[in-house]
Amino acid sequence: MEKFTLLQSSAVPLPNEDIDTDQIIPARFLKATTREGFGDNLFRDWRYHPDGSQKSDFVLNNPIYKGAILVAGRNFGCGSSREHAAWAIADYGFKAVVSSFFADIFKGNALNNGLLPVTVSDSFLNKIFEAIENDPNAGLEINLENQSISISNSSEVEYFEMDPYKKICLLNGYDDIDFLLSQKTIISTFEENNRYPFNPIK
Amino acid sequence: MAKTLFDKIWDNHVVNTVEGGTAVLYIDRHFIHEVTSPQAFDGLASRNIPVFRTAQTIATADHNVPTVNQHLPISEPLSKFQVDKLIENCHKYGVSLYGLGHPFQGIVHVIGPELGITQPGMTIVCGDSHTSTHGAFGCIAFGIGTSQVEQVLASQCLLQLKPKQMRINVEGTLHQGVTAKDVILYIISKLTTSGGTGYFVEYAGSTIRNLSMEGRMTICNMSIEMGAKGGLIAPDEKTFDYVNGKKYAPKEAAFDQAVSYWKTLPTDEDASFDVEFTFQASDIMPMVTYGTNPGMGMGVRQLIPEPIDPANRNSFDKSLSYMGLHAGESLLGKEIQHVFIGSCTNSRMEDLRLVADYVKGKQKAPHVKAMIVPGSKQVEAQVILEGLDHIFKAAGFDFREPGCSACLGMNEDKIPANEYCVSTSNRNFEGRQGPGARTILTSPLMAAAAAINGKIIDVSLD
Repeated sequence: MEKFTLLQSSAVPLPNEDIDTDQIIPARFLKATTREGFGDNLFRDWRYHPDGSQKSDFVLNNPIYKGAILVAGRNFGCGSSREHAAWAIADYGFKAVVSSFFADIFKGNALNNGLLPVTVSDSFLNKIFEAIENDPNAGLEINLENQSISISNSSEVEYFEMDPYKKICLLNGYDDIDFLLSQKTIISTFEENNRYPFNPIK
Repeated sequence: MAKTLFDKIWDNHVVNTVEGGTAVLYIDRHFIHEVTSPQAFDGLASRNIPVFRTAQTIATADHNVPTVNQHLPISEPLSKFQVDKLIENCHKYGVSLYGLGHPFQGIVHVIGPELGITQPGMTIVCGDSHTSTHGAFGCIAFGIGTSQVEQVLASQCLLQLKPKQMRINVEGTLHQGVTAKDVILYIISKLTTSGGTGYFVEYAGSTIRNLSMEGRMTICNMSIEMGAKGGLIAPDEKTFDYVNGKKYAPKEAAFDQAVSYWKTLPTDEDASFDVEFTFQASDIMPMVTYGTNPGMGMGVRQLIPEPIDPANRNSFDKSLSYMGLHAGESLLGKEIQHVFIGSCTNSRMEDLRLVADYVKGKQKAPHVKAMIVPGSKQVEAQVILEGLDHIFKAAGFDFREPGCSACLGMNEDKIPANEYCVSTSNRNFEGRQGPGARTILTSPLMAAAAAINGKIIDVSLD
């Protein structure tokens, strides 16, 4: 996994609330068996007409908005557990998603892919949307070590919460799986001591 | 210290604790399917590591399979490739597969309980958000992403922070025509689509205790639709009776030993929850959704409300515009074009018997296309054994073969743009059942009634 330390970028605003993972990547595009290429169909039905032409009113099709940060309305990523949603956002080129509330499974999936979910207050989220509305090139700075997010050319800064374990993983580019594999002896001992009723299939 | 059902199961499965309190949580059962597992198996291959505990890993093909002619090769090439990949991976890694053609194939959350793989006190995961279904047996069951599927395949464990706990009590007797599905749609309409985020929910109270195991599965199934990590219900005699005799359930003395353990699991009387809600069964009417998330639901005789939170106005208006509806409108009498009865929420025998009982001797409205997709091959076989398939066909319903089908529109079972589908599934998201499709979530009984009448009616008055 790629390390995440500091990100300075302009941002793409998507103020809709309750954006579910079916919008991020519809189920009909989940037939691929690799992790790559999902960015092409990110927000597919909001981004394209059925004939494949672009919907000009959708923010990803508006050239004035660009950057590696997606800023979205409350309760981002609700619904299906499909990690394809996190893959699609990362594959498109985003490194972080900012919202005032994330659905649990999406948040976990994002963290497992080096895509940083940054939870800010509703009021700070509105400040970001306003800053982008005033200047589409307005920059954001996300500092993972300090757990801070700031709006460039302003004094606006907010600190965000972060699971300490996941922070270490992201700062260093560690996967959970490396850690879990290092625990195998402890896991086997646990199984020996808890043979029944946990594992009657064995 | 007094413990909740959740605490007891959680504590029994903590292998180790790391930085910041994150637990290495042991997983008893891991269900996999064709859509969210291929990249996880690729991860194992790239590290050259085996599946750690094959006997605790169970595979089926459900999300992306056709629901007709399952005996023939899958005609859609990408779907075929994905299902073949599952077969190849299961064969390579020694994982049991209940694939197409197997008498146990079906929707992953239907087959686990019916095979007795799901048992009280277990931790169960699957790369599918409706894994919470298994919580009906008194399990910690939740959906995971593909990176976590790989972690469980590799180590039979997950790194997890303990969630907060919520208890939802439902008390009293349900009105005629009101079912478990209406109960959970009602709860979600009160708590909203994000009201449970960060929590694991225990459902309790006399209404919940009086539900069958199938009804309890419907309740727990939709926990994720209010954002909860999962939902669970204390195991009781009904649970033990359901599990007893199932193929993979413990037998004889082992079963008795298991029951005595399972009886220790329910929440202690003085245990506390981070938050608690109580609802009255008598307040619950047959439910319909009117918007594009499962929290946008109401009693069928109510009118579509104005948005509760003015800050949410744009998203709310966008949602109603997608649905072709407006605030103040009633859905009673609303003409619909499609009915889908199926999904991991409502595709079990109890659901299909209820539908058969309602449609027996009736005819669906001529303009409605009505589809019934059983949850598993075992459900399908039972339907045929009881002759319900004849009732469905005589009423003009299309009785198909098992799979996730039009719940998520991944196979060819899709609803056309701008058409209304009354669906017993769990999500009414934009485009969920096909691009532009308009989904109205209801119980199987309400869906059956909509098919017969060609419009939405109130089954409690029928």
